[in-house]
Amino acid sequence: MSDAASRNWREVVMRWDWLPTYFPFLLHGLMVTLMILVFSVVVGFILAVPIGLAQVTVSLATRSFAKAFCNYIRGTPLLTQIWLLYYGVGSLFPLIPGMRENFMWLIRLDAIYYVLLAFTLSFAGYEAEIMRGAFLSVPRGELEAARAFGMSPWKVTSRVWFPRAVLQVLPTLTGEVIGQLKSTPLAFTVPVMDLMGATSKIRQDTYIIYEPLIFLALIYMALTFIITRAFGYFERLIPTRR
Amino acid sequence: MILAVAAPLSELLSFGDKGYGDEMFWGAVKSVEIAFFAYAFGLVLGLLGAIGKLSGGPILKMILEGYTTIVRAVPELVLILLLYYAGTDSINGLLKLVGHDPIEVNGLVAAIFVLGFVQGAYSTEVLRAAIQAVPLGQIEAAKAYGMSAFGQFRRIVLPAMLPNAIPGLANLWLNVTKDSALISVVGFTELALATRQAAGVSKQYFVLYLVAQAIYLSISLSSTFLFARLERYVRRGQPKLA
Repeated sequence: MSDAASRNWREVVMRWDWLPTYFPFLLHGLMVTLMILVFSVVVGFILAVPIGLAQVTVSLATRSFAKAFCNYIRGTPLLTQIWLLYYGVGSLFPLIPGMRENFMWLIRLDAIYYVLLAFTLSFAGYEAEIMRGAFLSVPRGELEAARAFGMSPWKVTSRVWFPRAVLQVLPTLTGEVIGQLKSTPLAFTVPVMDLMGATSKIRQDTYIIYEPLIFLALIYMALTFIITRAFGYFERLIPTRR
Repeated sequence: MILAVAAPLSELLSFGDKGYGDEMFWGAVKSVEIAFFAYAFGLVLGLLGAIGKLSGGPILKMILEGYTTIVRAVPELVLILLLYYAGTDSINGLLKLVGHDPIEVNGLVAAIFVLGFVQGAYSTEVLRAAIQAVPLGQIEAAKAYGMSAFGQFRRIVLPAMLPNAIPGLANLWLNVTKDSALISVVGFTELALATRQAAGVSKQYFVLYLVAQAIYLSISLSSTFLFARLERYVRRGQPKLA
């Protein structure tokens, strides 16, 4: 290969000298991304249970409210939900009288808190829809049997309805968590230094276009693989009859 | 405070120099345009991919497996950035080779190709699973009648697989309408970016993002309705689902 050609080749595919310099930076970004993922999945799932349950209970008001929430979350892009919270709601706070004096911390709230809220509500909305289906698919007879034993409505829910529904949902959880992982880069559209934010900072600093993005794609593929494997392991621990 | 925000809504959304109605309207048109053509392109890729995965040679199968695995494991946003820059760069690289000056690649066309390429991976999997669910005996019967390969596909495989495919394809359409908002990250003015620009000028972040979300939501809800009717149509003559 001639000298010019080999230089050209290096310029096109091989520029990884930035990696050692920015490695701690990327590691910090990874921590932020994982924090967003874990927090939103755990809290979102906890929220999803009552929202899912509200959709199958008799009261028309709670049912339509929960349904509207799920439709809103699932029907609008997460990107605009994040922007609505951070730019929209964030811009309303200073307008409220007395806010500046008493709740300055709320006005100055870091973008990460808005992102955590947006991702949590989003996961809750998607998961609640799945929980709704799971609650509906628990056989009527089992609930009737529980009632016939004289269980209170709370006991029927906590001992029979809820555990049966959650066991049905667990296998679909892998896909939902990976979907959530794949939407985490949206956090960088507001000032948050997650993996994506760190990557675009590297690209701005070094003028390298592709390599940081390729590295980012590899990290996400690895994370997807790890999550799939980990959930597969836990799924096998749950006794099921096939 | 709420009144102060709500009162200028009609003015805010008016067409012309003062309001942002026209900017957001054309942004919404662009979003639907991107989503529609990307979906169509994805369906073509998906159909070819599914046929290739089911009846291609080992090398083709391996390539397609790599395509669907990688594309589905990497966040859409990262893929969009990668493909957007890589695509426009390689076109200009090719032009340079033939001694042509670099051109400005049309943002709309680039967006459609990038989103369509991502959609293609998901469509491949949906269509492959739907085709595989068609009972083999029906295809063998078609062969026994002496139908050509195309005739078998058009008369037997296609109508028999559509009921299996429509729910998955409906999900993909809802995804692509929402994913079209991601194109804003590469600076193409569709609905999300048009809203962001309008909000930046008018400082009416909250109201304008709500309006944008209402547009996305109405697209989602009307699509859900239409797909439900389509599913009823392709399921005509089938026994009712529980």
